Amino acid sequence: MTDNTFPNDLTKNPRGMIQRALNKLQSSWRTIVILIPFIWLSLFFLAPFFIVGKISLAELAISSPPFTKMIEWKDSGIITIRLIFDNFIYIFEDPLYLRTYMNSLRISITSTIICLFIGYPIAYGIVRSGPVVKKLLLFAIILPFWTSFLLRVYAWMGLLSDQGTINNLLISMGFIDDPIKMLYTEFAVFVGIVYTYLPFMILPLYANMEKLDSTLNEAAADLGAGPVVTFFRITLPLTIPGIIAGSLLVFIPATGEYVIPDLLGGGNVQMIGRLLYNEFARNVDWPVACAVAIVLLLLLVLPMAIYQHYQGKAAEE
Amino acid sequence: MAGEQITSEQKASETPWLDMDTKPLIRLSGVTKKFGEFVAINNVDLDIYEGELFCLLGGSGCGKSTLLRMLAGFETPTSGSIIIDGKDMSDVPPYERPTNMMFQSYALFPHMNVAKNIAFGLEQDNLPKGEIEDRIDEILKLVELQDYKKRKPQQLSGGQRQRVALARALVKKPKLLLLDEPLAALDKKLREQTQFELANIQEQVGITFVVVTHDQEEAMTLSSRIAVMDKGEFVQTGSPTDIYEFPESRFVADFIGSANILEGKVTEDSAAHVRVATDLGEIYIDHGQSTKQGSRVWVAIRPEKIHLSKKPSSKNGYNQAVGIVDDIGYLGNTSIYKIRLKNGHIVDVTAPNQIRPKNRTHSITWEDTVYLHWDASSAMLLKK
Repeated sequence: MTDNTFPNDLTKNPRGMIQRALNKLQSSWRTIVILIPFIWLSLFFLAPFFIVGKISLAELAISSPPFTKMIEWKDSGIITIRLIFDNFIYIFEDPLYLRTYMNSLRISITSTIICLFIGYPIAYGIVRSGPVVKKLLLFAIILPFWTSFLLRVYAWMGLLSDQGTINNLLISMGFIDDPIKMLYTEFAVFVGIVYTYLPFMILPLYANMEKLDSTLNEAAADLGAGPVVTFFRITLPLTIPGIIAGSLLVFIPATGEYVIPDLLGGGNVQMIGRLLYNEFARNVDWPVACAVAIVLLLLLVLPMAIYQHYQGKAAEE
Repeated sequence: MAGEQITSEQKASETPWLDMDTKPLIRLSGVTKKFGEFVAINNVDLDIYEGELFCLLGGSGCGKSTLLRMLAGFETPTSGSIIIDGKDMSDVPPYERPTNMMFQSYALFPHMNVAKNIAFGLEQDNLPKGEIEDRIDEILKLVELQDYKKRKPQQLSGGQRQRVALARALVKKPKLLLLDEPLAALDKKLREQTQFELANIQEQVGITFVVVTHDQEEAMTLSSRIAVMDKGEFVQTGSPTDIYEFPESRFVADFIGSANILEGKVTEDSAAHVRVATDLGEIYIDHGQSTKQGSRVWVAIRPEKIHLSKKPSSKNGYNQAVGIVDDIGYLGNTSIYKIRLKNGHIVDVTAPNQIRPKNRTHSITWEDTVYLHWDASSAMLLKK
């Protein structure tokens, strides 16, 4: 009432103009910020994917690169496009490939479940611990990443081999007389995968649990639910997003894992990563290798797409 | 005959704390709670009776929430005992206590809809499905949310969530309902409306309520009795009228409502009245109190109990003062006047605006000389 000079029209005011210019700059900034990851993903993910897809539809040829061209200019000026699905038919007809896919899935799913059962209580423990201990524990989870992954797998070879630390210890303590064969078995592969990917399970679970309102547990207790009921009806359902995120982060790389089955499993554990490497490097059959990779990708992407679809539907409801 | 009995019973239930024979529902004796070195609750005793709506009132950090959490079983007393309905609660976990709590944040389960939230407590008692359905319908009718059964908590407004939280805690028909700042998250208008609803619901269901609040207005409207808390101790316990009109200390007089508190010396002390010399002149109090002549005391006068006029009072004598209007706070229904006395002391006076001003100007304005007077019964003598 007392101040009638209050600027109600911002556009005629110099301050208003600056504000508008800033707003414009801000909105173009937004575009740039989105554009950078978009370009990155297009260049380094989408483009390679299409190249791999293209090669998978070609035929092995003695040339450089070692496959036939998709598009060819004939002398008469006709463009021919050759799409050959033989590689895919070959993969599905040869039982070796199917068996290896299934084996990979079995190992990665089992490892994911083991990671979940080990990681869940660890994440829960970290969330429940005091501020200082919490920092230390989180640090301990991240610490292994400071050493090379390859070095850590080699260390496991040293631990698990017949003359390794574990066997020597067990023999010297008198529990066993002959070394237990652990290296180059499926067991070693499980140990390697669970050890390597456990942090990827714990961290998303931790992030999820940290956000949980602890008064919800109190409310459940107050309404007559004991600790077990509270866990299964309150905590577990509310940590499903963390369980899914962690499981995907373990399952996806574990399925295509190459180094661990190669070093710890030797020739005894067939996983798709090793098969892919063999096709590519030893047989120099790029088209089949690419087809194997495409099928692997579909195998991993399809369940995720289905999950996303239902998740979206549930969110709409 | 029967009618008489009922009335006498009702009388007893209205003020059970005055009846020596009534057994309390809750008895706290010598309860102390320490967090490390910090004493949150310091050796308190308290009886709460069946059917009461009891308020724990105090500022933040006074220990009121800790006390409530001890009743619910989320904290255990460092020493002392808590007895609820005749049973010692020392080793009873929250999920086996005959209490339910309404949380300040409501703590509704976000993954369950309204009906499932309310059903949760009943399911723990293994009630048959049909009865659970009936109880949910009944309680939702009470809080007027029948049409919201399938909604998730995040699809409800703040006021609706508050009522779901109340329904979820009430549906188990606990012996004792604990409410932690039940109205704090609501906006002012809704809060005022809900205060009365809450008191009505308590009357309908007849369950004993213990409410924690920092809002004195909320405590005054809701409760049968209030315990004013400070630094982990009860400063005063009594009915809202007791607390407001008969405060026992400066802390209570100042915390509940507002008061002009004046330091003074007792100049005359008799069985029927007391005179105290203060900055406001000599104050005559028509109720005797055991004080000594010459001793230091405090006198509290509520701003609304001081009359304000532009003409000097016809009768001369005590309980009068003159001053200049220093500032006016216009609230619509009432105005707060800051009156500056000759000696510089500022006295707060509130007056209802009973007459609608014709020319949009009030009869009393800045720099007016005004005369104050108050009844001999209005001033309250405080010894601490």
